[in-house]
Amino acid sequence: MADNKFAAYICSGCGIGDKLNVGALEKIATKEGKMAVVKSHPFLCSTEGVDLIKNDIANDGVTHVCIAACSRRAKAEAFTFPETAVSRANLREGVLWVVAEGADHDEVRQEMAEDYVRMGCAEVKKMMSPAGNPDKAQSKRIMVVGGGMSGMTAALAAADAGYEVVLVEKTGKLGGFANNMLKRVPFNAPHAEAQPTGVEELAAKVTGNAKIKLHLNSTLTETAGAPGRFVAKIAQESGAVAEETVGAIVQATGFTTYPLDKLPELGGGQANVVDQAGLEAMAKAANGGAIKRADGKEVKSVVFVQCAGQRGSGGNGDGSHLEYCSGHCCATSIKQATYFKDANPDVDTVVMYQDLRVPGMGEDFYRSAQKKGVIFTKAKVNKVAGGDACKVEFKDLILDEDTATDADLVVLATGQVPVSGVNLDEWTTTVTAAESGDEAAKEKKSALQKISVLNLNYRQGPDMPQFKYGFADSHFICFPYETRRTGIYAAGPTRRPMDMFQAQEDATGAAMKAIQAVENATRGRAAHPRAWDLSFPKARLEGCTQCKRCTVECPFGAIDEDEKRFPVFNEQRCRRCGTCMGACPVRVISFENYSCDTVGSQIKAVNIPDEFEEKPRILILACENDAYPALDMAGLQRLTYSAYVRAIPVRCLGSVNTIWITDALNSGYDGVMMMGCKKGDDYQCHFVKGSEMAYYRMSKIGDTLKQLGLEPERVQTQEVAITDNAKVAKLIDDYVAQLNEMGPSPMKGFG
Amino acid sequence: MSKKQYAFYPGCSSQKGASAANYTTSIGMMCDKLDIQLNEIPDWNCCGASIGYAEGGELPRLVLSARNLALAEQNLGGQDVVSGCPACWLATRESVERLHESQSLLAEANEALKEAGLVLKNETKARHMVEVLVEDIGFEGLKKPVVKPLGDLKFAGYVGCQTNRPFGIAGESFENPVYLDKMVEAVGAEAVKYDQKVTCCGGALAFSEPDKSQKQIRDIVESAYDHGADMIVTPCQLCQANVEIYQSEINKKQGTKFNMPVVYYSQLLTVAYGGSAKDAGLDGQLIRADKLEQIASK
Amino acid sequence: MSNANQQAVAKYKNNFLKEVEANVEEGHWVKMCMQCGVCAGSCPLGPHWEHSPQKIFMMIRAGKREEVLGSDSMWMCTSCYNCIVRCPRKLPITHIMHGLANYSHRLGLAPKGQPTREIAKLFWDNLVKTGRVNELKFSLAMYFKDGFGQGVKNAMAMQGIGLGLMKAGRLNPMEIFGGHVCKDKSGVQKMIAKAREIEDRRKSLA
Repeated sequence: MADNKFAAYICSGCGIGDKLNVGALEKIATKEGKMAVVKSHPFLCSTEGVDLIKNDIANDGVTHVCIAACSRRAKAEAFTFPETAVSRANLREGVLWVVAEGADHDEVRQEMAEDYVRMGCAEVKKMMSPAGNPDKAQSKRIMVVGGGMSGMTAALAAADAGYEVVLVEKTGKLGGFANNMLKRVPFNAPHAEAQPTGVEELAAKVTGNAKIKLHLNSTLTETAGAPGRFVAKIAQESGAVAEETVGAIVQATGFTTYPLDKLPELGGGQANVVDQAGLEAMAKAANGGAIKRADGKEVKSVVFVQCAGQRGSGGNGDGSHLEYCSGHCCATSIKQATYFKDANPDVDTVVMYQDLRVPGMGEDFYRSAQKKGVIFTKAKVNKVAGGDACKVEFKDLILDEDTATDADLVVLATGQVPVSGVNLDEWTTTVTAAESGDEAAKEKKSALQKISVLNLNYRQGPDMPQFKYGFADSHFICFPYETRRTGIYAAGPTRRPMDMFQAQEDATGAAMKAIQAVENATRGRAAHPRAWDLSFPKARLEGCTQCKRCTVECPFGAIDEDEKRFPVFNEQRCRRCGTCMGACPVRVISFENYSCDTVGSQIKAVNIPDEFEEKPRILILACENDAYPALDMAGLQRLTYSAYVRAIPVRCLGSVNTIWITDALNSGYDGVMMMGCKKGDDYQCHFVKGSEMAYYRMSKIGDTLKQLGLEPERVQTQEVAITDNAKVAKLIDDYVAQLNEMGPSPMKGFG
Repeated sequence: MSKKQYAFYPGCSSQKGASAANYTTSIGMMCDKLDIQLNEIPDWNCCGASIGYAEGGELPRLVLSARNLALAEQNLGGQDVVSGCPACWLATRESVERLHESQSLLAEANEALKEAGLVLKNETKARHMVEVLVEDIGFEGLKKPVVKPLGDLKFAGYVGCQTNRPFGIAGESFENPVYLDKMVEAVGAEAVKYDQKVTCCGGALAFSEPDKSQKQIRDIVESAYDHGADMIVTPCQLCQANVEIYQSEINKKQGTKFNMPVVYYSQLLTVAYGGSAKDAGLDGQLIRADKLEQIASK
Repeated sequence: MSNANQQAVAKYKNNFLKEVEANVEEGHWVKMCMQCGVCAGSCPLGPHWEHSPQKIFMMIRAGKREEVLGSDSMWMCTSCYNCIVRCPRKLPITHIMHGLANYSHRLGLAPKGQPTREIAKLFWDNLVKTGRVNELKFSLAMYFKDGFGQGVKNAMAMQGIGLGLMKAGRLNPMEIFGGHVCKDKSGVQKMIAKAREIEDRRKSLA
């Protein structure tokens, strides 16, 4: 391999040459940046400008390029050179467009630009062009767990796209919940009549598909590996265990119904009070004829009670039962009411609802049922008594009065409860207790393993993380279908309550994501959100202290531990956020093009004026997903902010290692601003936990600051969304004003 | 150019000596200038108006219109039935549509019509005079005969209910119809912004529920004053009568000093087309439209 | 009088709704209401309705026959059609209100002395006489509907307006001696009688 040769190219286009002394920048790149080649060009992103760089790479042995021009977010395609490390000094959005106009600001503007050139040169010297993961995974097969409507749809979608599928179903029959249904809510125009479920046809298609390998009566006893190389152990009815190697997994494990016996106040468990599943069975038995009760009596009047044990209503108003809306039940009751009306229009069918929720074309179905004479009463049902003549006590919400009616049958629209395996918080607590010898915890651990769906052998637990209410992880902020377990995708009611139409659509989406995952994994590339990234974390294990912070804090469960408790990186599971790098106290984790050094050297490259110059320096570590674009867009809108700041983009605030903060303060920076995404339950972090981790870590550095004799205000953490361009400029100026009042850092001159 | 021919259904209030007699007068002059020929339906009857439902029910009410339509078919075949009165138009058009929708209702209507020696095929369109102006003549066409632009006058275009709802004019918005404003502009006057444009005047309830209706009327007149209007212009007899007649009542009861003339669009057009105050039926105003009369007399 | 009044009506069953569907103009639309309340918020006389159209639809479904048919709410309708054009479900609300008013009036359940009900009846009787409405006779009938003494008072109160209209040529005192009529008024009367006969048969009101 040839020696490294460093080059800097400075663009004077877009007005850079008018406002900045490009000659001086060239000198800095040469003398301080120690670049072997330094050139400027009036239009660097033009074909001619790009060819200039290409030519130097091809003919002059240039291996590392610092481009001092626009933001790294602009002209990314033009300034990408294969197998060449590239850094970007942001002179346009970062300097030219944000420093106030006028000669008064010429000096600080030039200083800012010079610092960015210094930083770009320093960074590129520590970078390597990522070579990609040499340990490429091989399997493009897709495993679908669950053979209901969602699972079958996902399997067929993947098979139709040319991928081999392994379908694992725990019962002896494909079809799942749909097997018990007479008809489904209409999904085709004119959305007026219930339609056949089509479950048998779908099951026949799956069974007859040569690309789909079926495992009926089977469960997963262990799933190991990573995208492109999962190995699943499948326990079969015979007791034998089959092993399948797959590249990605779709979990479509569906739902169960909320137990009726938990709703005694609504007549749960009493005669002639059924849930929607119960009614479906009665309708299926009647098969289009008059629907009969368990005692054989023909139903002449029926009341549907919506939101039974759902939406925190629970019928007793105390917020018990399911807190959420299951979404499908309004349309399902409408469908079931039409079962009665279609068989006999004289049957009295009353649907008691508080808010009838029929999104999409459901409105047409609602209207169709009204035309058939289904009566909809806006009411809150307080009490149901079963029996030969059921009694429904309710408050009519339109007429504002308490009243009652009777009916031959009452149908409770209860909610969906997800089948999503083990709650990982519960798992962690149990495992910790079990490891310390607690016998009860050991038993509980094996009980949990039995309810686990995937039985992942991951460090962070056997199933996907769960959302509120126990639904399987999915669709985290901005990324449809993405989960925190790379290559594993949830589809259907396991991830949120939904009807059959939505579940099938969902399943198709999940199959597409699974295909994307195997394609990326087998090419050694990252999955969302840094799709196609070839870099991956490497650890110098000889320096590792086995502290487990990386394995615990990885938001994606990508790092396991070996017997000696050293981290084992599963590159294919990794999302390249660098949270492990930020966590590592001994700084042994790095990426080829992003490391403690690439950022640290930039921090140190900045020229810190002494305290008498009254020019503070503030370091900004900005999340590249939101905060850095917000800074760029502030520039695009020509909003000005202080020229005393120096911004460095980071992959995620989670990747910020505290060494950068101490380095900056030791070097004489007056303050450090960290800008990341919103944290908490309604987080906006692309890597889920990154900004949360950063806040947590920064809350712990107060003592360090005190030891340095520094005020805690010298380090700030701010939430910035991508749209916050005006806010970001104000945040900067307010902080500069605050630091001016505090006076210069006492560390100046010691760095 | 040959005249446009229509089967004209004046309606009770437009008869000589009735409450909207002056409206009829102005329509006559206006149509002359626009080459419109109105052929009165012979022996037409009342449409049942908006309170006919209470005693009349559905079929007796529908057959009233059915008789007029049958007479038009028989005597003025091929001509659209046109009424200047929104209630007449609404009742007639509603009957046309209702009898189209239901063959059994049409059969019943014909069974009743037989008693009057008539039969209805239901092939006629029922239209309002304003539709003829907007759709058949057009705003450009309305401008052509203008000889006295009403440049100095400001009008509050009070559309009211029944030309606007439920059918509407030329597909316009129910919440903010603009045809009346455009007519005002066509004769060179100013249509002021008017937030009571489609407020109900109380309709027939002006008689039975005077206090409730007069509150509506007060809002309508007050807003016209607030927006600087010289007078209110309307396409509806009942609107005109209610809003004009009850101003003195409101003044008496509530101490207001309303004296806002309320005229018909046809009166504006007639004056702009060079008609005299008499041609425009301005002598029929309870609150004289002095400013319009002045222009007419120039 | 029909036997409709004697029908037993069970709560939250469909009996009254079915009666309304069969006998009330456009009554088959009642079941299509989705209870949004836009009609209630769109009525110019909204505050004067004891039960808004939205509530009336709900009451019909709840089987509240006496409350609905005895209500004076429907009589508040000014026929402005605002509810019709705004109803997201396209219910012909105005017509349904008219239909309910007519039905309750014909059953004798509508409130006695309800002014709009009385005036509506006078209006209809006036038009049936000649085929056209005689505004003078109609006005006088209105003034005198509460007896002679009150009629004189009413007429005196509106004297100014009457004189004004007369001067303006918009009220003809000679109409009292006949006025405008349909030539074939007997044909009109027979036609109306026939239509009523057909409708009453259909609604079992005969």
